[in-house]
Amino acid sequence: MELQTLTYIVVGFTFALYIGIAVWARAGSTKEFYVAGGGIHPIANGMATGADWMSAASFISMAGLIGFSYQGYGGSVFLLGWTGGYVLLAMLLAPYLRKGGKFTVPEFIGDRYYSKTARIVAVVCLIIASITYVIGQMKGIGVAFSRFLETSYEIGLTAGMVIVFIYAVLGGMKGITYTQIAQYVVLIFAYTIPAIFISMNLTGNPIPQLGLGGTLADGTYLLDKLDQVVTELGFSEYTTSTRGTTLNMFMYTLSLMIGTAGLPHVIMRFFTVPTVKDARRSAGWALIFIAILYTTAPAVAGMARLNLMNTLEPAPGEHLVYDERPQWFKNWEVTGLLEFEDKNSDGKIQYSANKDTNEMVKIDNDILVLANPEIAQLPNWVIALVAAGGLAAALSTAAGLLLAIASAISHDLMKGIFTPNISERKELNASRIAMAATIGLAGYLGFNPPDFAAGTVALAFGLAASSLFPALMLGIFYKRMNTAGAVAGMLSGIGVTLFYVFQHKGIMFVKGTEYLGDMSPNWFMGIEPNAFGAVGALVNLIVALIVCKVTPPPPKEVLEFVDFIRSPGAAATASEH
Amino acid sequence: MNENEEAYWNANVSLILKLLAVWFVVPFLGGIVFVDVLNLIHLGGYKLGFWIAQQGSIYLFVVLIFIYTKKMSDLDDRFESEGDK
Repeated sequence: MELQTLTYIVVGFTFALYIGIAVWARAGSTKEFYVAGGGIHPIANGMATGADWMSAASFISMAGLIGFSYQGYGGSVFLLGWTGGYVLLAMLLAPYLRKGGKFTVPEFIGDRYYSKTARIVAVVCLIIASITYVIGQMKGIGVAFSRFLETSYEIGLTAGMVIVFIYAVLGGMKGITYTQIAQYVVLIFAYTIPAIFISMNLTGNPIPQLGLGGTLADGTYLLDKLDQVVTELGFSEYTTSTRGTTLNMFMYTLSLMIGTAGLPHVIMRFFTVPTVKDARRSAGWALIFIAILYTTAPAVAGMARLNLMNTLEPAPGEHLVYDERPQWFKNWEVTGLLEFEDKNSDGKIQYSANKDTNEMVKIDNDILVLANPEIAQLPNWVIALVAAGGLAAALSTAAGLLLAIASAISHDLMKGIFTPNISERKELNASRIAMAATIGLAGYLGFNPPDFAAGTVALAFGLAASSLFPALMLGIFYKRMNTAGAVAGMLSGIGVTLFYVFQHKGIMFVKGTEYLGDMSPNWFMGIEPNAFGAVGALVNLIVALIVCKVTPPPPKEVLEFVDFIRSPGAAATASEH
Repeated sequence: MNENEEAYWNANVSLILKLLAVWFVVPFLGGIVFVDVLNLIHLGGYKLGFWIAQQGSIYLFVVLIFIYTKKMSDLDDRFESEGDK
């Protein structure tokens, strides 16, 4: 069957499935809308968390980031950072937040710090972090559609918005949870099946995690061969080239870990399980489901890079003739992901690390995953599955983020602060309207991506790491922490992080306003802006502790609340509050 | 907080500190700071430090969470039953 038709069938089938789930899992109460009724099985929640967490970036871009931009070993910052955060989440946040029995992260902060100001600051942090993150997902939906289904970016984005609208507005957290479970299944098959094929082809071992450490047909180790091939072309050695200094890699990893643990759309998934024990267990299952993709990704990175280099230069000095390039090369040239410029006019493709002679003037990071099945000559149904997987990854993460924003508006700002007397019925309607409006806003930003879209990952993780994580952790582990300390900590943490990111990347990422320039000599101790969240978190912690020491301790009810979330026994149910 | 709850909390904190020490040492020291030294050892086609950074640490994270879950469940059962007495 024609690839195009097959792709439409596979993607159409998954979309029909998501809509079917949406109709079946409608939300009838605010409890169902915010926390899916609070009765989700920990393994099911783990799976939903996996899909919630793994975004278009994890699915489409990460292997390419590791394989190309971060030159192999340097890409470890993503692998370590985006998994290690779950250990922090499981031990330092999830169980106690579940015990507290709130609907949203700002609600917990507002109650723990007995202050509407603290709650509003938390809402602002949540909205900035989540909006920046959701722009990337909207772009991912549009791009996946336009590349695989050959629709325009706008039609793709609109189709994605309609699907999310149906299941997120109807079902809230309940609809999102069950669609995320389905989306996890789709995306994990779509990611691992091509990897298994490629590992088989190259090393004869069907398990990519073992294949990466295995041998090629000629008996040499795959990684040794890769090191040799890239160094011959002037790139740095694949298995040892670091990202900046060792300190930079250290801080980058730590920032991503703390940021992961502090992202509200992930934390709030743990409000949906029945008990505190389930919250801990669920974090473990979530990480298992995530680890399946995250341990496969470095194998895809290494193997696809090797495949690509072998295609371009089958033997040392023997270059691919441009007119004889394979079909996939032509396909991806059309989309602009690959670009060739015949600098020495010999009609052959010379790829090297030397900017003056390199003729592959553009190899987009995304190509490693997107073109991977074609480079390895896998059957058409695998390519169709990759399209459905990329869309599942983007849709599931977008839905989680949209719910985080919508519930912060309807539950924290409206019910919590401005219109506390609205009935449950009205709050449920308000949350649906907030969800619809948020989807509209995200769609608008997807159609008109602001200049700063490229820098948003740094901002989302930096903000979560430097504001929400320390405030939540201190609220649980340091009983004496009070409003003044927490608010001062959050504001200074965000302030320092924004200041550092802006001075190197431009104010609000506007080009020309980056008064220190985006250059490594001006980086504080060689730490790049993306890696600064950990420093922001430290500043938050220190400021919070100092301010707390000189201001009065929290009232008795708050101390009792902290005792309650620390003690063993049944979790509170949110409707009681 | 009564004595029982305080003992439970202290046990929890000391367990967390032990597990987080491992969480820190393996990826940050083994996978980043001392990666060059560990790379001298090979694990099949993998250099050990590279393997810790791209594979081993992730498996370790899963194990750490499940150890925490198991130990805390035991602790919960013990203190909940004592609380009923």
